[in-house]
Amino acid sequence: MGKKTIIPIGPYHPLLEEPEFFKLYCDGETVVDMVWETGYNHRGIEKICESKTFEQVFYVVERICGICSTSHPFAYANAVESIPGIEIPLRAKYIRTLIGELERIHSHLLWVGLAGHFLGYNTVFMWAWKYREPVLDMFEMITGNRNSYAMFTIGGVRRDIDSERAGKLFKVLDEAEKKINLLIGAVMDDPVIHARLKGVGTLTAKDIHDFGAVGPTARASGVDIDVRRDDPYAAYDLVNWKVITAQAGDVFAKAEVRLLEMLESIKIIRQCLDFLQKNPEGEIKAKVREIPAGIGIGHAEAPRGEVFHFVKSDGGNSPIRHKIRAPSYTCIPTFRRSCIGGTISDAAIATAAVDPCYCCTERMSQAYDFRTGKKLYNAADLIRLSQQKTEEIKKQLHKR
Amino acid sequence: MGFKESCFKKSLWVYHLSAGSCNNCDIEILDCLTPRYDIERFGMKLVGSVRHADVLLVTGIVTKKTKPRVIEVYEQAPKPIVVIAIGACPCTGGIFASGYNFAGPLDKVIPVDLYIPGCPPKPEAMLAGIMKLLNK
Repeated sequence: MGKKTIIPIGPYHPLLEEPEFFKLYCDGETVVDMVWETGYNHRGIEKICESKTFEQVFYVVERICGICSTSHPFAYANAVESIPGIEIPLRAKYIRTLIGELERIHSHLLWVGLAGHFLGYNTVFMWAWKYREPVLDMFEMITGNRNSYAMFTIGGVRRDIDSERAGKLFKVLDEAEKKINLLIGAVMDDPVIHARLKGVGTLTAKDIHDFGAVGPTARASGVDIDVRRDDPYAAYDLVNWKVITAQAGDVFAKAEVRLLEMLESIKIIRQCLDFLQKNPEGEIKAKVREIPAGIGIGHAEAPRGEVFHFVKSDGGNSPIRHKIRAPSYTCIPTFRRSCIGGTISDAAIATAAVDPCYCCTERMSQAYDFRTGKKLYNAADLIRLSQQKTEEIKKQLHKR
Repeated sequence: MGFKESCFKKSLWVYHLSAGSCNNCDIEILDCLTPRYDIERFGMKLVGSVRHADVLLVTGIVTKKTKPRVIEVYEQAPKPIVVIAIGACPCTGGIFASGYNFAGPLDKVIPVDLYIPGCPPKPEAMLAGIMKLLNK
């Protein structure tokens, strides 16, 4: 092997929305190794959650990530409601499902646009983002906000959808569906996109199992997992839909899975609206008096994969421990399989293909002794250890 | 019209810096570029480097890790530059103000010209804010 060249990307780079840092080690045109560094976005959310009441935590977890701002409250609601075992009203279930699926459409359209932008294909970017606007309009009609919807609460939802509004939503949805179909046709038949995406950043089913990747990344490699079907929550077992998978595992397959998933989401939304229109009366919130002591776990299928929340309660009014695992946490390490061996020009789209979300990922890690459960190191200790090592190496170098 | 404002009479080039945000404001900034809002009709566009920019948009709380980098980006910028804090996070810290990794609101780190509050502010609010600053 000849000389290696290091290409640094980030932390502030025109390509990247969020601050993160990649180092690509290149031999000529080929990427031979890569290292990434995150942590710029770490805001200490798990600790902040412990200082809020159970109801307030919804608004904190919503702001983990602006794109998945329903998935995190969804998983948190599932976790908290599992402690006392609350059954939420049917109407609330359908409204939750509706919001979750609208978010999936908006997130996937956003991804298609950004992928087009990364390929230097700005027409796709402009199209996808233009067709995303009606979806945001629907959010505004239902919740009053374009992002960060504040719809969820313990035991149900905060706002109802009456039949008049449901009728309006049907109209907007029909229009959005036409445009989304147009976009899907345009992207899937485009020869440039075929040439750029096929055979790039391929992940096999074994890679997916090795890294534990989830969501559309896994489904594009033929691994058929989806929390919505495997462990149904809200109204997903009451509506008719199917899980989309593809076999190829390359970036094109991931795009295909996301594009076709949007059509499934539209199908689900239509069934939810239909239910809400036909049954205009009903509770939207179950009465919850208190959260007893106990442990609750909940998961939800975010647009990027499985979101996992763990909540521990001691019977008080706020959680004493809140643990969050976002899908990008397991998807990001797959970069080592998808980028290494490819060319530098393919690295951008191969990293973008898993739809990485760094603000979801930035949780803190701690090292525990697995026998005694005693805390060995936290982040500050690890940094101190690392600094000590540098000092020692420096001393040794001076001695020579 | 002050000296600083008179420098920005023509088309503004914008650089976007995400200090430690949740993506919401970043998406809304990108939304300004796309067909519905289309700020390029005013001559504004996003540029890749702060060295080419007239306006520095900062989103998200300034975390301990990004603080030195935010200062460095500000020092690299050609002066005069308009610094705009977008969203509740850089203005005050918002919901994350009690977090242990919060390094203070943006105006404690670099001088700020315009605050656009909201979580996230709508694209219309951003446009209205910039117009107010320019017509001052």
